[in-house]
Amino acid sequence: MSESEIATTAQSLRHHFSDLEQQREASTMGMWVFLITEIMFFGGMFAAYLIYRFEYYNAWLEGSQHMEFWFGTINTAVLICSSLTMALAVRAAQVGQKKMLVVLLLVTILFGLGFMGIKGVEYHNHWVHHEFPSSSFQVESADPTHVEMFFILYFTMTGFHALHVLIGLGAVGFIAYYAMKGRYTAEYHNPVENVGLYWHFVDLVWIYLYPLLYLISRRHV
Amino acid sequence: MEHISPKRTYVGIWIILMCLTALTAGVSFIDLGPLNTAVALLIATCKGLLVVLFFMHVKYISEKTTMLVIAAGFFWLLILLLLSMTDYLSRAWK
Repeated sequence: MSESEIATTAQSLRHHFSDLEQQREASTMGMWVFLITEIMFFGGMFAAYLIYRFEYYNAWLEGSQHMEFWFGTINTAVLICSSLTMALAVRAAQVGQKKMLVVLLLVTILFGLGFMGIKGVEYHNHWVHHEFPSSSFQVESADPTHVEMFFILYFTMTGFHALHVLIGLGAVGFIAYYAMKGRYTAEYHNPVENVGLYWHFVDLVWIYLYPLLYLISRRHV
Repeated sequence: MEHISPKRTYVGIWIILMCLTALTAGVSFIDLGPLNTAVALLIATCKGLLVVLFFMHVKYISEKTTMLVIAAGFFWLLILLLLSMTDYLSRAWK
């Protein structure tokens, strides 16, 4: 190791780890423990969805016909693109391309904002069509109560997902700020890797929400 | 040592993910009866696996404890969903 390498190692290595490799592995494992709690959090909602869908399949079919198919499909693509730029950002951090890292993080933020914008238009459309579960909820159906249940789960699941996108945007912004200051190097970039894991996890949740909510019915609006 | 994937791996995975999205959207227009749900979930699981293995670097994790944590988490999710459904699907009195 050269003197400068020893200096950067000393700066980024916490004293309770024996080397950077161990520190990196511990950081990844810690992030996964957190992601497991997130899987549990969303898992409960997926279980509720599954049980209601099994009990009231026809209401689910009707509810799905009120989904904005194209908005949902485009949003799936937008999130996948944001996952690509995030994965490339982590790679840029790994190989020490500091400018590339900042650019890719900012592009990821743009995709995330695009997702939120499209989601906002969708929510707005549901609101004006009286599809938001409330006293003004109104759909033409033989079983409006359970169609409303579909919408309750739709808004809860996509709402919590959107909240995670917002938190992810904040985290990516935070990382981008410190990346601009040049904090992350090829030796030390655990925070970039962990925010990347979080962002991909949010993408993973959407990958399942999309077919479960938007693709039940064949009659697209 | 930390594994660094080449750019073409990420771009390749992205192309596959985009194609699978187009495929699942397209298939939903064809009426396959109950198979529609099965196909949609199968495609979603393929996409999810690609994201977890390549974007989230699970394929390259060398630390066994981390793998155990991840496997335990997904196994727990299976317990939640499968055991809940065995209950609701077997209520013969309803």
